[in-house]
Amino acid sequence: MASMVGYLGLSLLLFVIGAIGVCIRRNAIVVFMCIEMMLNAVNLSFVTFSKLNGNLDGQIAVFFVMVIAAAEAAVGLAIILAVFRSVASVETSDAAELKW
Amino acid sequence: MVTGDSRLSVIVVAPLVGALASFVIGRQAPRLAGAIASLAVAVSLAVTVALFQALSVTGEFSATLSSWISAGQFALPLDLLFDKLSAVMCLVVTGVGLLIHLYSVGYMADDPGRVRFFAYLNLFIFSMLVLVLGRSLPVIFIGWEGVGLCSYLLIGFWFTNTEFARAGRKAFVMNRIGDLGFLVAMAVLYTACGTLDIVELRKAEVLERLPADLGFLAGLALFFAATGKSAQIPLFTWLPDAMAGPTPVSALIHAATMVTAGVYLMGRMSGVVELDPLVPAIVLWVALATAIVAATTALAQNDIKKVLAYSTVSQLGFMFLAVGVGAYGVAIFHVVTHAFFKACLFLSAGSVIHGCHHEQDMRRMGGLWRMMPLTCAAYGVATLAIAGIWPFAGYFSKHGILAAISGSHNPFLFEYVSLIGVLATAVAVCTALYMARSFILTFLGSYRGEGRPHEAPAIMTLPVLVLAVLSIVGGAYLDGSLVEYLQGPLPALSGHEHESQGVVGHLLGSLPGMLGAGAALVLFLYMTGVKDLLRKVGWPLEKLFAGRYFVDEVLDSAVVRPIDGLSQVAYRSLDRGILEGSGSGIGVVSRAVGELSRRMTSGQVATYLLAMLVAVSVLFVIFVQVR
Repeated sequence: MASMVGYLGLSLLLFVIGAIGVCIRRNAIVVFMCIEMMLNAVNLSFVTFSKLNGNLDGQIAVFFVMVIAAAEAAVGLAIILAVFRSVASVETSDAAELKW
Repeated sequence: MVTGDSRLSVIVVAPLVGALASFVIGRQAPRLAGAIASLAVAVSLAVTVALFQALSVTGEFSATLSSWISAGQFALPLDLLFDKLSAVMCLVVTGVGLLIHLYSVGYMADDPGRVRFFAYLNLFIFSMLVLVLGRSLPVIFIGWEGVGLCSYLLIGFWFTNTEFARAGRKAFVMNRIGDLGFLVAMAVLYTACGTLDIVELRKAEVLERLPADLGFLAGLALFFAATGKSAQIPLFTWLPDAMAGPTPVSALIHAATMVTAGVYLMGRMSGVVELDPLVPAIVLWVALATAIVAATTALAQNDIKKVLAYSTVSQLGFMFLAVGVGAYGVAIFHVVTHAFFKACLFLSAGSVIHGCHHEQDMRRMGGLWRMMPLTCAAYGVATLAIAGIWPFAGYFSKHGILAAISGSHNPFLFEYVSLIGVLATAVAVCTALYMARSFILTFLGSYRGEGRPHEAPAIMTLPVLVLAVLSIVGGAYLDGSLVEYLQGPLPALSGHEHESQGVVGHLLGSLPGMLGAGAALVLFLYMTGVKDLLRKVGWPLEKLFAGRYFVDEVLDSAVVRPIDGLSQVAYRSLDRGILEGSGSGIGVVSRAVGELSRRMTSGQVATYLLAMLVAVSVLFVIFVQVR
């Protein structure tokens, strides 16, 4: 039980680091990595709860998350490439055309 | 659609079709506009004559054009009625109208707006025919408004001149004030009698339903309506200003037809007008005052059309004198003869203005009999007719009015009959004086203007000559017979027998006219010294006459300016303050909101993500708490 708290604490830590990174970093690739980190933090907590409850529901959810994350990585990197082609930068602050 | 006699609808519809056709076709071929318009009126005239002849055999015609308003119990069809009174009015409108249309073809030949002119003129004929043929008061009101509209359009025909446009607006507004009376009368009659049909409103048992005070109100309101359209005190100042329109318009609308609509209305509604004897008495005093004011004002005018305009106001006063003493037939008789000689005078004046290169000031005319003999002859004949000299047309109708005054039985007038007679005779003298003056200044003496005047073309002189002939024979031909003819739709004249007089009697009767004309000859042709002496003695009077009794000024400061000031206040506080303020206030507020909220779209992905994160967290907390 006590080790569970450690897993959940790690999961929370990873998630918060990812969220902060998403909010404060300007480099699109780093932002992307932070998103991946948040996903994995959630995966960790899924696995933890799966173990705690003694069934496989959480682990099945993790598989879905990983599949979606793989697809999302492909789409996300493609977007970053497209942005790079048009503004010659991967800084999110440089791609700020859609504003007042 | 049309029930009843379809020929009746042809009379009305022909000018309407003519108006549309002359406008549509005239835009392609402007030369045709006048011909189409004249043809349309000719069709109306032909059908009117045919129906007029059938009238004595078959009696009244009526037709329903279509249904106008139909709501439950209330139905208001577009009904027309062709009885003896409308027959006479229709003949005058279409007959004189046709002559004036023909004249206009010559007069407006070079005007760039002639297509519009003929379309309006035909539209006017249409409205006027609706007015005289309408079977119920609302239908008459359509025509009543229609002629007002056409009058406005034609007075301001040369609308690029601000002065002319103002005159048109003035005429329209003053007519609208009079229209209020018409609406009030309709409301009163409908609530009390339950019908607006003029045939019903002639019946005694229907009129009995009117309480005495409402009867008085209805009669007075009708007369107020008539003062607007027929230029009586207090709503007469628009008519002289209406001379801004082209001269054929002045002849047709502001002399022969539209301005007599008030007299026609009085005749049609004679039952209502006579309910309270005080109403005819008021009519008579107002008419007498109008006749005197207008006749004396005409003495001091130098614009040939202004003289004729004031003369028209004065003659309309004469017609209302006849209405006031209950001699409706005589009033219509004067309408008819007046249409002849006044149209003739206006058209002659138009020829003079045309020939003198648009000069209207009589002081710069004179000696024109040499250059335009035909016009001079026509003007001379019409002058004799309006002066009331036997055997010209005006003598008979004017004499009829003077005779009817002495036969008045109105309890409110009984004591004053001789005074009214004397004053009316004085107006007759005055009429002869100012008309002879205008004739002398225009045609006799030597030419005082510039350029070379020329006689008008045949298409203009011919209608004038026809009218001149009518001014000679029209009165003698219609004398007595017309009044008798109209006794069906109009009440019979009580206590006044039409007596035939010998030549001596006729000459005696023309005495006022001859007196006035003689005085004018003496004053303006032979003994101008006497005129100057009189001018010195009567200087304040002349100032009063030339200033048109300052009625315009009084009305201006008493009515126009207060209303103007009120509207300025309302404009500033209500319109610009509240209405415009609330309108732009909404704009200002939403702009401010937009200004604030647009800052949210910074374009920074990080900001959006943060917002998303915060929002999701908040939602999560709320969701968990509620659970």
